[in-house]
Amino acid sequence: MEKLIYLDNNATTRVDEKVLETMLPYFKEEYANPSSMYEFAKSASHALKDARGKIKDFFNAVNEKEIIFTSCGSESANQAIRGVLNMNKNKRHIITSKVEHPAVLNLYQTLEKQGYSVDYIGVNSNGELDLEQLSESVNSDTALVSIMYANNETGVIYPIQKISEIIKSKNPNTKFFVDAVQAAGKIPIDVQELGVDLLGISGHKFHAPKGVGALYVNSKTVITPLIIGGHQERGLRAGTENVPYIVGLGKAAELAADNLKYEMTEVKRLRDKLESNILKNVFNARLNTGVANRVPNTTNIGFEYIEGELILLHLSDLGICASSGSACTSGSLEPSHVLRAMGVPFTAIHGSIRFSLSKYTTEKEIDYVTEVMPSIVEKLTNLSPFQNELEQLKNLKQ
Amino acid sequence: MWEYTEKVMDHYRNPRNVGKIDNPDAVGIAGSLACGDQLKIYLKIENGIVTDAKFQTFGCGSAVASSSILTEMIIGKPVEEVKKITNKDIADELGGLPPEKMHCSVMGYEALEDALKNYKTDDMVDLDDLREPETRDKVVCTCFNVTENQIWDAIKLNGLKTVEEITNYTKAGGACGKCKSLIQDIINTYYHKEKEEKKVELTPAQKILKINSIIENQISDELRKDGGDITLVDIDGNNVMVKLRGKCSGCKNSHLTLKSFVETTLREAVDPAIVVIEV
Repeated sequence: MEKLIYLDNNATTRVDEKVLETMLPYFKEEYANPSSMYEFAKSASHALKDARGKIKDFFNAVNEKEIIFTSCGSESANQAIRGVLNMNKNKRHIITSKVEHPAVLNLYQTLEKQGYSVDYIGVNSNGELDLEQLSESVNSDTALVSIMYANNETGVIYPIQKISEIIKSKNPNTKFFVDAVQAAGKIPIDVQELGVDLLGISGHKFHAPKGVGALYVNSKTVITPLIIGGHQERGLRAGTENVPYIVGLGKAAELAADNLKYEMTEVKRLRDKLESNILKNVFNARLNTGVANRVPNTTNIGFEYIEGELILLHLSDLGICASSGSACTSGSLEPSHVLRAMGVPFTAIHGSIRFSLSKYTTEKEIDYVTEVMPSIVEKLTNLSPFQNELEQLKNLKQ
Repeated sequence: MWEYTEKVMDHYRNPRNVGKIDNPDAVGIAGSLACGDQLKIYLKIENGIVTDAKFQTFGCGSAVASSSILTEMIIGKPVEEVKKITNKDIADELGGLPPEKMHCSVMGYEALEDALKNYKTDDMVDLDDLREPETRDKVVCTCFNVTENQIWDAIKLNGLKTVEEITNYTKAGGACGKCKSLIQDIINTYYHKEKEEKKVELTPAQKILKINSIIENQISDELRKDGGDITLVDIDGNNVMVKLRGKCSGCKNSHLTLKSFVETTLREAVDPAIVVIEV
């Protein structure tokens, strides 16, 4: 492909050159097992310790022992949730939101089938969490609450600190896990300030490679391991440490912390530009999140009476990568559970497109997408059987 | 990423025959906005021939491609030929569709069927008559509003055997999944019936009696509705000799009547090897 405009950074990101460079020596030169006793293993062992320190700093955790390396965000979530519940077997009530990532939501549904009683907290039309429902749901039998920091589809940020206060005021023994996969690298994460017990991230969402993640477990929280075997990660995650990738994760976290200001100003500016131009120039576009507080890189726009996959295919023909909440692309036959929970009207839900930017996104790219979007939409609205409805919409906008 | 054929890509990039026909002779609709895809097809029919076809589609790449190629497949064709087009023909014409996208070809078939249902001439066989005699219009999948009949058709036309295949072809069971056991029941009923029928080996005398009774009681009744009739002349092994009378005799669709109605009915009820010959 001649030109590639990658606006799907909530799906995965390009590995940062500096991250890759830091990783490379640990494949061919410093390949020792960090658990080994000889001098040669020292470098690998130090690299592991160094990376752990960097993740500790990235989270502002108190202690390096609070960090467990995992293989991905889903493992972090499974480890946290199952780990907590196994330690609290007498408690049978758990809470999460309706808009969680499948890594949490599907696990909760599995637990529900196994006999747990589950409360799924709803959201309003902007995608904001119903905190009142949450407060009413926490009781003396509640073992765990899992809420994401930022939503992968809409970018909406949840008030984690406030949620933590609500939970602890109702039941101080209830554990709180935060899936921060979509927050890492986009907004600051401070586990002490947030008051969370467990928090998970995934490397490939912030320019580390796929196949590595981390889980923060505060020193007051005891969990059982998911993977049982050797003594690695203090017995909480068996298996020889993936040293090169863990090194990469540490470096990516360091770079992400340095880049936060750019993310929250420049990336946000480009996102806002793309968003406002599309909303201005395309008559059947609607911002699915309204005025909700969002991470700086994400916008989710619904195009009424046209279908998302078809928009993506036409964008792809121009080298533009985005994603859709439409049924046709989700692998299932239903549109996104997040947009459904928000009550996005069915005229727009199938035509919802998510653009997610990164530090590599340029002004030129945003201008190009802004320029081609109206003609793609026009071509597709001409195909639509809902010409009268589209006409009404057009008149309304004028 | 779906693996679409070049032909599918060509058709969603450059869809043919997009739009509406003013004063169409037939219009068909399938799908709905809520379900994520809808197709509207407009036909112009002159002297039993589809002279023009146009479509409007709300849907994904394969839905647009299925609609677009369908219009190409039917323009210039006699209506009775168009009536024989199935979802499989549409998918084949596109060089195949990913299994999960077969429901797009089914939507094309359903819209066409809907259009032709509203367009009937006296001497034409109605495809509905070839369906299972019992009414199967009960909605099985409430999420996507799919009836038992639609599932039955999809099994019959495509030889589907699993619930997953039914979901790929009709969407039924693709959302909440509560109807999956109902779908399994329909599959079981369909194949159980087929097996049962195959199992019963009829003696030559029993076979003759059964063929005679079906022609007299079932087929003849149907043909009389359209002003025709049929009599059994002779049976030689699997060759069934019949005489068409009344409006049927000399009708330009008599071959279609024989093959797709009389023969299909007898094959399904008695023996798949039966051949019907007009004498």
